[in-house]
Amino acid sequence: MSATTVRVEAARPLEILASWARKNAWTLGLLGILVLLLVFTRLIQPRYGVAGIQGLATSVLPLALAAVAQAVVVISGGIDLSVGSMMALTSVVSASLMDGQSNEFGVAVVLGVLVLGAVLGAINGSLVVLTRVPDIVVTLAMSFVWAGCALLVLPTPGGGSVKWLKDLVIGPLGNEWIPKALIALVLIVVLIWIPVRRSRLGLSIYAIGSNQLAAFRSGVPVGRTKRVAYMLTGLFSAVAGLSLTASTGIGTPVPGPYTLMSVAAVVLGGVSLAGGRGGVFGPIVAVVLIQLMRTDMTFLNLNTNLATVAQGIILIGVVMIGTLIQIRRSRV
Amino acid sequence: MTLTTTTTDLLLEATGVSKTYGAVVALKSASLAVRPGEVHALMGANGAGKSTLVKILTGAVRPDAGRIVVRGRERTVHSPADARHGGIVSVYQEPALIPDLDIRSNLRLTETPLEPFRRWLGELGIKDLDLSSMARRVPLASLRIIDLARALAIEPDVLMLDEMTAALPANLTERVLEVIARQRGGDSSVIFISHRMIEIGAVCDRATVLREGETVGVVDVTQGSEERIVELMLGQLAERPPGRTPEASVRAARRAAVPRLTARGLSSGTRLHDASFELYPGEVLGVVALEGQGQDELFDILAGSERPSGGDLLVDGTAVSFRHPADAIRAGLVYVPADRAEALLMQRSVRENIALPFTAPLGRWGLLNLASERRKVDGAVATLQIDARAGREVRRLSGGNQQKVTIARWVAGGVRTMLCFDPTRGIDIGTKNQIYVLLRDLAEAGAAVLLYTSELKEVQLACDRAIVIFGGRVVAETDVADADEASLLRAAYNLRADAPMPELVAAEAVSTGPPAAVGGSQATAVEPDQPEAGA
Repeated sequence: MSATTVRVEAARPLEILASWARKNAWTLGLLGILVLLLVFTRLIQPRYGVAGIQGLATSVLPLALAAVAQAVVVISGGIDLSVGSMMALTSVVSASLMDGQSNEFGVAVVLGVLVLGAVLGAINGSLVVLTRVPDIVVTLAMSFVWAGCALLVLPTPGGGSVKWLKDLVIGPLGNEWIPKALIALVLIVVLIWIPVRRSRLGLSIYAIGSNQLAAFRSGVPVGRTKRVAYMLTGLFSAVAGLSLTASTGIGTPVPGPYTLMSVAAVVLGGVSLAGGRGGVFGPIVAVVLIQLMRTDMTFLNLNTNLATVAQGIILIGVVMIGTLIQIRRSRV
Repeated sequence: MTLTTTTTDLLLEATGVSKTYGAVVALKSASLAVRPGEVHALMGANGAGKSTLVKILTGAVRPDAGRIVVRGRERTVHSPADARHGGIVSVYQEPALIPDLDIRSNLRLTETPLEPFRRWLGELGIKDLDLSSMARRVPLASLRIIDLARALAIEPDVLMLDEMTAALPANLTERVLEVIARQRGGDSSVIFISHRMIEIGAVCDRATVLREGETVGVVDVTQGSEERIVELMLGQLAERPPGRTPEASVRAARRAAVPRLTARGLSSGTRLHDASFELYPGEVLGVVALEGQGQDELFDILAGSERPSGGDLLVDGTAVSFRHPADAIRAGLVYVPADRAEALLMQRSVRENIALPFTAPLGRWGLLNLASERRKVDGAVATLQIDARAGREVRRLSGGNQQKVTIARWVAGGVRTMLCFDPTRGIDIGTKNQIYVLLRDLAEAGAAVLLYTSELKEVQLACDRAIVIFGGRVVAETDVADADEASLLRAAYNLRADAPMPELVAAEAVSTGPPAAVGGSQATAVEPDQPEAGA
């Protein structure tokens, strides 16, 4: 038996930085690509500037939150195909309740909708745990249920948003280069995800996603943890739904492309669909990347259909390269 | 919790524990009494119910009946978390660490205090460990040690070690045994499960023996108690079935012929080291091994689903290398697994299942010759007397008939070499006998059959010769005429003077530490300086 490695009790900050970089290599790599893409965008469209960044941030916000929602449940070893429908439902509920109401009432609605999201997620999770029907089937079925409920609440796009909610995500904050949407995104994720990640709950979520048997033997309550993971996904979906209402000013009862986009972003963001690996920041960067890629394709005057095809191919390519790198590394 | 423990008080007591899975009785009435400060061995042959009892004690499985009392308090254990809370912690052969978390997070997950963990780790012989390294990247042997240190660090009342030392390098095994031995005479106890009699003799005070789901005896471990334990594990020795000594002519022919299959020094991973044997046409060769001695890996290699890390495989005297089960099948090596679900298409018909492996030769993806297929399938169904009334879906057949279908699919194509991995597991006695007869008939017809069995009886019922695998290598070979159950079991536990010691085997396998250290290990392990526990 060879002793493995040296102790890093009094490691230098540089080493800590290096090990942090190694652990987040995928996200950092994506960030690098993002910077390159921004430079590229500027090259092909010299007028791309403040307005472009602001537009990008606003359009990215709901999708990024959907990706975070999906990432949580995927890390726990599951999947939730009802993210888009939950967003639609929470969005129309908030829009129809807030329409023409006072700011104070708006606060109550926002809180209520967050609770609603957590409840929707908890229902998904409980069904998965109790019925033992595969999660993909349960959440697909529930996506129809939530989408139907959304249409019952608001048959056509409508409703409204209180002003402060809109102000929260639209426009710049201080410097014109810093979009409020970005700040909101960072704040939401930091306020919800970081405490979870640091707690026993977060560990348990990673544990059941990584190896359910080992987690069970280590004394992790597998069923409960799974339920909480789905609940968190519901909560983030509700935040995403609220951001939809805030950025568009109305509620839309038809779920957009968010579910599948969230899965794509999660995969591109370095979260293993088998569970246990990755974080929420990778998927967020991935969403920005995808969105910017689309913008660039418009700038290049590409056929939009062709752009969609290209997007799919790029997704597969990137994930393939990532897998290859992982295989290489594990051989060493 | 107040406790007034006198030396006679029991730390853990399980009585009348039973568990059935459907029709299979895993535990009939098991009991276990562990005194404080003792190392208690739990023994039993394959399928005696050891692992079920362990699972019940650790809360992974709920018993149908029975009482579990810890320190005088009755407990219902619902989950490993419950058991841990109640002071029962177990360490398995497969370390229960989360591969995607670093060691520190793994410790946090089980709320393990860091300082005691480091201390135990040091005592177990790992000095430098980077707590921030991912469990996935730590070598398996170290993970086992980390798992043990983690369990020791929370100072459990009862520490359960299930085959913890299997496939552990010699120097680490030695440290582990030392640490376990040091637990004697304290307040807490260790339940120790191992296939290695030497280890039992070295560290255990008493042994509880299970047979067919029942506790059949508790033995004080002293010099020579191994024999008594083996006797208990075997139980009433059945009247020896009429031995079928192969006729002299067959034997002579067998020796003269080129072996159908020759394994030379096959190895794979940590389990299989240097396994060598020959399988001749016209014989059924039994493989006897305790659980996890490398037989799974051996059969996987022979069936082409795994590639060996070393050694040669010869079929009819020609070296072969299988990349895929299809290669093995082409070379005439067909595989019958114990778990029917691994072999059958459960939702499809008997006909399709039997025809599955030779669709390609029949039609080459052109037209299937349905008439010929039907003839072959019908022939196989008749030969094996498969009750195919519920033949539209294989999953509706009984286990025995399902197993016959897996055999029939190969018989239909003509068998040259059949690899059977415990083919009669969980099958009724009537079908078992039919399968023995079938295997005999195949051998008479010139096929070679390799039969791993977890039931020692089967060796005499179906085999001509038997080899015994222990610690990943063939440690004994015997003609069936000389092999009774007792001698086979003794061989399976490697209780032979001339057989290599398991520590030696493990040491060679990892090629670390000079052999001198092994001698040292035994000296320390057998050292009788520990006071008799509870005395």
